[in-house]
Amino acid sequence: MSLSLNAILAQAMLGLTNGAFYAILSLGLAVIFGLLNIINFAHGAVYMLGAMVALIGYSYLGSWIGVPELQAGFWWALALAPLVVGVFGMIIERTMLKRLYQLDHLYGLLLTFGIALVLQGFFLNYFSTGGTPYPATPAVLKGAVDLGFMYFPTYRLFAIIASLAVCFATWYVIERTQIGALLRAGTENPNLVQAFGVNVPLMVTLTYGFGVALAAFAGVVAAPIYSISPLMGADLIIIVFAVVVIGGMGSIMGAIVTGLSLGMIEGLTKVIYAPAANTVIFLLMVLVLLIRPAGLFGKER
Amino acid sequence: MNRTLWVILVGACLIAPFFVYPVFLAKLLCFGLFACAFNLLIGYTGLLSFGHAAFFGSAAYVCGYLARDVGLTPELAILSGGLAAGAIGYVFGALAIRRQGIYFAMITLALAQIVFFIALKAPITGGEDGLQGVPRGNALGLIDLNDTMAMYYFVMTVFLAGFWLIARIVDSPFGQVLKAIRENEPRALSLGFNVARYKHMAFVLSAALAGVAGATKTIVFQFASLPDASWHLSGEVVLMTLLGGLGTILGPMVGAFTVVSLQSELSGFGSWVTVAIGLTFIVCVLLFRRGIVGELEHFFRKRFSTVKVDQKPSVRHESTTETR
Amino acid sequence: MKTNMMTLALATAMTASGAAQANISGDAVNIGVLTDMTGLYSAVGGAGAVAATEMAVEDFGGEVAGKPINIVSSDHQNRADIASSKAREWIDNDGVDVIVEMLNSSVAIAVQKLASSKGVVTINTGAGTTALTNEECAPLGIHYVYDTHALPVGTATAIVENGGEEWYFITADYAFGQSLEKNTSDVVKANGGKVVGSVRHPLSTTDFSSYLIQAQSSGADVVALGNAGTDFTNAVRQAGEFGITETQTLAGMLVFISDVHALGLETAQGLQYTSAWYWDQNDEARAFAERFLERTGSMPSMVQAGLYSAVTNYLQAIEETGTDEGKTVRAYFGETTMNDMFHKNATVQPNGRVIHDMYLLKVKSPSESERPWDYATIEGTIPGDKAFIPLSESTCSLLK
Repeated sequence: MSLSLNAILAQAMLGLTNGAFYAILSLGLAVIFGLLNIINFAHGAVYMLGAMVALIGYSYLGSWIGVPELQAGFWWALALAPLVVGVFGMIIERTMLKRLYQLDHLYGLLLTFGIALVLQGFFLNYFSTGGTPYPATPAVLKGAVDLGFMYFPTYRLFAIIASLAVCFATWYVIERTQIGALLRAGTENPNLVQAFGVNVPLMVTLTYGFGVALAAFAGVVAAPIYSISPLMGADLIIIVFAVVVIGGMGSIMGAIVTGLSLGMIEGLTKVIYAPAANTVIFLLMVLVLLIRPAGLFGKER
Repeated sequence: MNRTLWVILVGACLIAPFFVYPVFLAKLLCFGLFACAFNLLIGYTGLLSFGHAAFFGSAAYVCGYLARDVGLTPELAILSGGLAAGAIGYVFGALAIRRQGIYFAMITLALAQIVFFIALKAPITGGEDGLQGVPRGNALGLIDLNDTMAMYYFVMTVFLAGFWLIARIVDSPFGQVLKAIRENEPRALSLGFNVARYKHMAFVLSAALAGVAGATKTIVFQFASLPDASWHLSGEVVLMTLLGGLGTILGPMVGAFTVVSLQSELSGFGSWVTVAIGLTFIVCVLLFRRGIVGELEHFFRKRFSTVKVDQKPSVRHESTTETR
Repeated sequence: MKTNMMTLALATAMTASGAAQANISGDAVNIGVLTDMTGLYSAVGGAGAVAATEMAVEDFGGEVAGKPINIVSSDHQNRADIASSKAREWIDNDGVDVIVEMLNSSVAIAVQKLASSKGVVTINTGAGTTALTNEECAPLGIHYVYDTHALPVGTATAIVENGGEEWYFITADYAFGQSLEKNTSDVVKANGGKVVGSVRHPLSTTDFSSYLIQAQSSGADVVALGNAGTDFTNAVRQAGEFGITETQTLAGMLVFISDVHALGLETAQGLQYTSAWYWDQNDEARAFAERFLERTGSMPSMVQAGLYSAVTNYLQAIEETGTDEGKTVRAYFGETTMNDMFHKNATVQPNGRVIHDMYLLKVKSPSESERPWDYATIEGTIPGDKAFIPLSESTCSLLK
């Protein structure tokens, strides 16, 4: 493979696309871990669920309810899938996760692992792992942009911008608004916040729902790029874990910055020695865990 | 573990192949040993490793390579596999022990991914195709393991030996210290025990025995492949142990038997197996944290004993800001 | 159908002449269909493969040599360890007499070896690697439809002759891809072309962007895709997105009609590929294809059609020899010439390779297509003795 500047820039752009997804997914994971102290192993599965909702909404929903012309297009999916999946997440939290808070939070990991298996197994019966292409990419986003060193598909550019926009909006809400302040306070001292009259359990439920909705949003954005496969989340989840650990488990900015950076590091590794791209991230993860276990941006908890 | 149980266990193992397909039984025993080895770490020391497939898988490949390309007899190949896994466990343990709880689990996961990568790329492993055509060989140079019954009894011997070893470790003073560490690590430390050394030792033993299980599986199926080192398998062994009962001696075996049988029986139903396993996980975590054997033990103790009932065994609570 | 009547008469005659002559193990003929039901190759084999087998058994009359025929099937999930476990169980426990399909080269190698060691015939209709009839050949294995040597003889030769001199490979990193890349490189070089680079990807990849960018920066004339199924369709789609097809030719080394269907003629038009069979090639083929379409909703791939032919011929072999014993049946295959809707004048070499003609196809443009599934024109025929490796060059140990 050639190491020309064009090739490097092109791979960096591709890495940026991946990085945007890592950022938004690790953001959701970090938010959930921050408040609930739970490693949400189901994060990859709800990402996939978001994509599935988008696919079903377009291709199947109409015929199920007897109105075949009804096809929920991309923009509808972008708005509705996170809502649907978010509600699903809140139900999970209320009925199951709630019971595990007083226990070692590794049980939370195991429970969400089980949920992931259920979701994946369910969809594997209906969809192939080779990937079903998403049929409703909006026409306005088709085509490519000439960046000089490569033709970059317009849709991928949109994906990067949309993901980053959502990431920074979330960061802003959490770090700079009143609601965010309550959330952060609830993380540090739930009892005190409860004493002030804030309904902490409700906040927890909504937070989980929000984190999960972020993943679903990412899933919808990802569908036109990566095709939709029941295992699309499984392949991604452990990398996202690595990102969160490296960035710092409770840090919002850490998740975003690390996600983007690691995406680009991965992309550049692909130029040099493609198979090692994934592994580089895990090596970094081990290093961080040994030297600075709270992560690059995190605080010791 | 008392004598009656031992007799029943050995007896069952001896007569089982006359009723059930021996190759399937051999699979049960291999995964049973894997789960028992894993339990040594989580059930008795309280450390959740999310990368145990690294030991199962690496031993599988080492054994396969030695049996096929170097021509070692099966029992030597298995032992070598176990030793290799133990060596990897020594290195991984040294790194992982420095952290607690969730960070410990994450390190083991990351390290296991690195092993997976090596399994994927190293030329001798065959990558996606796997290491095929591993000969059954002649155990001790005498017994042809191509004979299904002979192969089964060989595996049974390996399993019982490994199981006995684990039982001995658990009942020994060493095992008592491990349990103490699980219950209250700071107190164990204050009593003067070199907690890090004990944890490391437990890690190595667990890794080596998991390796023996993986190597044996390779001889039975004449195959070592990538799924043997994947994190999905790491997750599965956690489920097997949890389902059977953390911290019980028979639990992991029961859990492994259940999961493998479930997968086999439901294989005609496609991916509903995965759904079933996921649901089992969920139900277990929510309602049956003691696992099958654990619940049975709890039940019998409540009914027949006047002694105060045990607390639920649980994974060790994470202490705050540990930076040992 | 004429063949059906003939066979039925033959079957009745044989049954009447004395069932004692028939030597069928377990008093039934059990056919095991091992295929990819849920993964990247599921449209090529999958449920359609089972359907093709069922059609073959039904058309044969449901029984052979007076004994019933049973079909069992299993999803190998593209894992050779699961496949060989299942095959072992089928042979040890369930009395399966033949294992067919297999559709994945590492599965095929493992199962062929295992089955032969236990006296069971395997007829591989799906997997491609030439290793099956060379270094990994087995006494009772038959490699039925195509292989990674025949594919480039057709496709690569045509593309090089058209000016595609410099080649860059994007290959699936397992037995099939590696075999395909090697064989294609050989053909390219033999025709005066050059291989400027290659990159390997894991099986079942959804994002080919970084591999395609590397192919683009190599500046090669041809970007050869050494993969199949959804790997292939994902790569083609993304090649379009990144503008690769503007300046470089895509070479699909293994393309099935299901891929063209998934991509749509708009995207796939102009693609040249080599196939052992096309549904529209003659009346017999069309008749079978229409029945298959009605039964499953899709036109058969060459794998599924080949499976129908293989199972029919297998049952014929049992009928003629009166037994389902592996060696006898395999010997029968070696001695007969096959003529049916799938291939004409086809023979089986001692290393298991079936020799028949291959066809060079070109995907139609949307305007040229007159009805659903009317996807390709046959541009040329490659005679069997040119398409496949001659026996004298085979490295199969059975031939020594």
